[in-house]
Amino acid sequence: MAEVRLDRITVQYGKKTAIEDFSLHVRDGECLTLLGPSPCGKTTVLRAIAGLTKLCSGEVTIGSRVVASRDRKIFIPPEKRNVGVVFQDYAVWPHMTVEANVLYPLKKRNVPRKEAKEQVNDVLRQVRMADYAARLPFQLSGGQQQRVALARALVASQDVVILDEPLTNLDANLREEMRFEIKRLQNETGITVIYVTHDQDIALVISDRIAVMDKTGSIRQLGAPEELCGNPADSFVYRFLGLSNFIPVEIVDGEMWVRDIAGAGGGADTEPTSFPYPVPAGMHNRQFYAACRPMDIAMSRDGADGGAATCGTCGTCWTHGTCGTHGTHGPGETRESLRGRVARVIYLGNIYEYRVRVGGIEIRVQQDSHEAFKGSTFCEGDVCALSIKDIRYYEDVEEVS
Amino acid sequence: MDQVVLKNVTKSFVTKAFGKVTAVDDVSLNIREGECFSFLGPSGCGKTTTLRMIAGFEDLSGGEIWLGDRPVSIKAKNFYVPPEKRQLGMVFQAFAVWPHLNVFENVAFPLRIQRMSNAEISDQVKQALKHTSLSGLEEKYPSELSGGQQQRIALARAIVASAKVLLLDEPLSNLDPKLREIMRFEIKDLQKKLGLTIVYVTHDQAEAMALSDRMLVMDMGVVQQVDTPTNIYNNPANRFVFSFLGLSNFVPAALHDGLVWPAGSASSNLECEIPRDWDDDRAVLATRPNEIQLTPEGGYRTRIKNRVFLGDYVEYRMDIGDTEIRVQTHEHRDFKVGDLCGVRLGKVKWYPAEEEISDDERERRKVI
Amino acid sequence: MRAGQSLRGSELRRMEGSRFNTGQLLLVISTIILVITVVLPVAMIVYNVFFYNWSFDWSLFASMLTDPDNLAAMWNTVKISFFVTTLGTVVGLFFAWLIGRSDIPLKGLMKSLFVIPYMFPPFIGAMAWGLLLAPRAGYINKMFMALTGGRTPLFNINTLAGIVFVELCYYFPFVFIQVSGALERMDPTLEESARIAGANQLTVIRRITMPLVVPAIAAGAMLILISSLSHFGVPAILGFSNGIFTLPTKIYELIYRASGSFEGIRQGASLSILLVAVVVLALALQRRVLRTGRYDIIRGKSMRPMLIKLRGWKAPLLAVCFVFLIVTVILPLFTIFGVGFLKAYGVPMKLANMTLNNFKYVLFESRMARDAIRNSFFLSITSAVITMLVGTMIAYVIVKIQPRGKGVLEVLGILPYSIPGIVLAVGVILTWSGAFYLNLYNTIWIILIAYIARYMAFSMKSASASLEQVHDSLEEASRTCGASHFESLLDVTLPLIRPGMVAGFFLIFLPAMRELTTSLLLYGPFTRTMGVAIYSINEEGYTVQACALAGVAIIIIVIGELILRFVTRERRGQ
Repeated sequence: MAEVRLDRITVQYGKKTAIEDFSLHVRDGECLTLLGPSPCGKTTVLRAIAGLTKLCSGEVTIGSRVVASRDRKIFIPPEKRNVGVVFQDYAVWPHMTVEANVLYPLKKRNVPRKEAKEQVNDVLRQVRMADYAARLPFQLSGGQQQRVALARALVASQDVVILDEPLTNLDANLREEMRFEIKRLQNETGITVIYVTHDQDIALVISDRIAVMDKTGSIRQLGAPEELCGNPADSFVYRFLGLSNFIPVEIVDGEMWVRDIAGAGGGADTEPTSFPYPVPAGMHNRQFYAACRPMDIAMSRDGADGGAATCGTCGTCWTHGTCGTHGTHGPGETRESLRGRVARVIYLGNIYEYRVRVGGIEIRVQQDSHEAFKGSTFCEGDVCALSIKDIRYYEDVEEVS
Repeated sequence: MDQVVLKNVTKSFVTKAFGKVTAVDDVSLNIREGECFSFLGPSGCGKTTTLRMIAGFEDLSGGEIWLGDRPVSIKAKNFYVPPEKRQLGMVFQAFAVWPHLNVFENVAFPLRIQRMSNAEISDQVKQALKHTSLSGLEEKYPSELSGGQQQRIALARAIVASAKVLLLDEPLSNLDPKLREIMRFEIKDLQKKLGLTIVYVTHDQAEAMALSDRMLVMDMGVVQQVDTPTNIYNNPANRFVFSFLGLSNFVPAALHDGLVWPAGSASSNLECEIPRDWDDDRAVLATRPNEIQLTPEGGYRTRIKNRVFLGDYVEYRMDIGDTEIRVQTHEHRDFKVGDLCGVRLGKVKWYPAEEEISDDERERRKVI
Repeated sequence: MRAGQSLRGSELRRMEGSRFNTGQLLLVISTIILVITVVLPVAMIVYNVFFYNWSFDWSLFASMLTDPDNLAAMWNTVKISFFVTTLGTVVGLFFAWLIGRSDIPLKGLMKSLFVIPYMFPPFIGAMAWGLLLAPRAGYINKMFMALTGGRTPLFNINTLAGIVFVELCYYFPFVFIQVSGALERMDPTLEESARIAGANQLTVIRRITMPLVVPAIAAGAMLILISSLSHFGVPAILGFSNGIFTLPTKIYELIYRASGSFEGIRQGASLSILLVAVVVLALALQRRVLRTGRYDIIRGKSMRPMLIKLRGWKAPLLAVCFVFLIVTVILPLFTIFGVGFLKAYGVPMKLANMTLNNFKYVLFESRMARDAIRNSFFLSITSAVITMLVGTMIAYVIVKIQPRGKGVLEVLGILPYSIPGIVLAVGVILTWSGAFYLNLYNTIWIILIAYIARYMAFSMKSASASLEQVHDSLEEASRTCGASHFESLLDVTLPLIRPGMVAGFFLIFLPAMRELTTSLLLYGPFTRTMGVAIYSINEEGYTVQACALAGVAIIIIVIGELILRFVTRERRGQ
């Protein structure tokens, strides 16, 4: 086990700067994910740690050992860094059996044969590949090759294992299974894991902490999954962590209105639509965005029942856009709800998804079909009222890919 | 009226390694005019073979295919209409856009074959390109365009000759997820606008459910269920259909004394109603992770083994007897790993406790 | 952390430095090897043609260029190449389509039969056809005259048309192989979508399939064009007797007539420049053609393409295939072995006239034949081993280390492609017969050097292909498992490219065994190769012995080819 420190590192490929002045501290025994769109330099960070790329400046420390430093002219080659790596394409050697693949790191370290065999058997059992020890890689499925690569990395290092998008080539079911598997192995071995991915679902499952990186290769936010979801630093992080709506709004006469965006294809609904929520403090411009998750929007029949909607603060019932107890808008105050028309209904089994046209924009609403069937489902063309909980306001929307 | 009719359609191959493999086994089907009908199933289930038989690219080993009131394949009479005479539109997974022709000529091809006048061709191509948001790209070559645009060309080419029936063979699986969603809507809109009958092949259950008016779930060459997406999702005909349509938990259980005892649990039973017509003493109980309720009190008592935060919801894992189940919940009430909680299964489906089909059989079918 | 891992800065610098140097060092070595083997001979040709006693003098080149004999040779070369290329393309395309897209039976068998002409040494084919269709003595002509009772032969092989016919038989597989490959890789849905769009099978072929295989056709046609432009054996065997010369045979004739004098070599060198110019022009043309139509058609589910039902045409077309195969493969083969067993050339092919003596003679009695077999084995094995190893090294530098300046290596590596064998031989003579204080003339080493230069490009190409299969991450994975750069090379890369290297060995060994052009200019009294021996025995009129030796050569080549197939099949299994 070891901590990993990157201190202001810069890496260039030819004239292209992949990452610049990048610092990161991975704690001993944690699973840290570098999450970002491709390409954002996250693989470069990983290669710098493993020693597969040289630094232009800065310093990499693993445990108490400086493994790369431009200023001090240190470069420990990858074979002496004691870092296990699982590559995106697995890189299982096709000419060696599963056992030989996993045995190889131990052989290179001159571990006595008997001891090495035992260790290999152990780790193969851990990744549930013990029955396949004598197979050659081409006889294995993608997921099995993945496990072999994982086993080999675990044998190669008891300190740090780096995984480079190892699940992208697997099909959905296997991906789901493997992410829990990786988490389980990390819990069992207590090894430091650095995981690189662009898939936020995987990141949320396996990480103790997540570093969200943007396209320029700088870290936007670093924190535990709950922290990131509960308190995203900016619109980039917000968008990257899940499905989102960004509703353009503007302040007119102290009230918020849904802003018409030219070319959004509105057409029919061009009358001004009020955005019936309290004006947030601390926005610098008159125009900004209200962000919300599709799952956090409740739909009700306008003026009919509205029973399904709940207040964002106290969780009690809204009626006609009014919170039964107090809401965020003070007790007794009546507000109009956000009104729209259902443009599209998409049934996804466990989820009902609606696209609701509000003013000139389209808002994505998702309901658990379990809940949806309890209330009533909507049809295309229905008028509805939306109540949103957990709104965040951002000055701008950043593209994430 | 029924636009596509399959009567007892069968297709078998003889392979060197495995002998005779029945890819499509006695499929009968009516696809109605103007509906979007999906074939859903895992790879090797026979869905693409069925589609290719409708298109005329595969011979039948038995049965008949009719397009409207016109027979196109009748095995018994050895009657066969070649693909070019079936008046269908088709879109393939790999786009199949001709790289040596520009967008206009790609789309104009079916009309040129019909020897239409240049003015008519120009008119219809323009219309088709407008429908598929490709206007302005007439002069471009496919290699200059993105995957999504290439698939739009294929779509434009399929509709330009006003074919009434459109066959789509996993048309979105080569696109990235974001684009896939957008294209899904475009296909749906196009279908409504032009009143097309669509036969759509996919292995993606979300895609099938989002698009289809009705769909068919297929496995091992055999039709498992035909119905609307809602009905199939809510009442899967068997375990396979249940597991194919979303996340699932299967809990094997034994019934005695009028109670449900999950396998591996002798001391506590599950509180759930036994269907009235259930007469076996064993069963498999199927539920979706989001249909399970966790309560601090009551229910089937078990400990939380694993908890993962997934943004919109939290996923827990725990054992019922010796079966691990997954639970997904949006509720704010929070359990920690190791906490004792009560499990209540919701919307339980009951299936007979027979064996599943072996993996070897599935492997065997992958070769075809 | 384990002890001994914290290295001091100086050691680290050395390690970092040493790796950097390995790359540079390999680059330098590779460049030197290529300069010596490839660049130097070419430079020597240019120098000797345009400079005389260190001063520029282009009178020789001008006089050569205006000589009507040479112009006639050039014109012949262009004519032959044109017809061979056009006809070869048509034939190759037809058979490729028949096997790739129709329901003709026996496809597997035919596929392997159609590439046989590819391995058959064309000059042996020319010998066989000479035996069959020489105007007076040819067996077929004799039979024809006996039947008709006249004195006009059926066909005179010692003509331009004869040369075109024989070259065609052995060069059409270039297009066949290229187009078959393209048809196999082509996504069948491209054709299916045209069917759905209402086009019938013939329209699909015309409007979709053909345009899409144009790049493959162009690539194959250019290979035919370049090969036939620089081809020596067939026009030498069929043309000399009738005074028909091409540029390569003219170069040989000039040097041979001057019996190796410097003036003769300079004249040959002048024509060589002309020949290279023609070939480079053709290559430039190829580049242009290929650039205009590079389609990515290798995509899609692996679905079987729809096969066109030939129905009533099946039997006649199958017959066409077999007649063609019999004419191009069986007949020449039968002739070579048949004549090889004869007591004397000209006697009817009857069992009574058969003997094993010729084979006995070439295998055990003739010193020259035995020497030639031994020399050919020595040269082929040595050059194949050296070229394979050096080619792999250079390919490793280009593909994996990728130092600055790798572009130079790539260009130098493919240079020999555009240099005809005969030209290379001239350059090698100019370079290695004393110009640099080293006279290898008349020794076996000069032939070895020429072979190495000639086959380096093959080897680099096949080694690059197998190295590109070895993804970088495989080597990186072993680095992170504790293996040094060198150990990774040894434990991972090398075992993975080994089958490729073995295949590479045979890809050089086989053409080297049947090599004629280069050796013919470079051989000395005791350094004949098999090709040279067959050629000179034949020229001297010992036809039956020449056929026996040719038979031996064919057997060796077939065995080699079978081993190559076995090796590459095994690789595909992995």
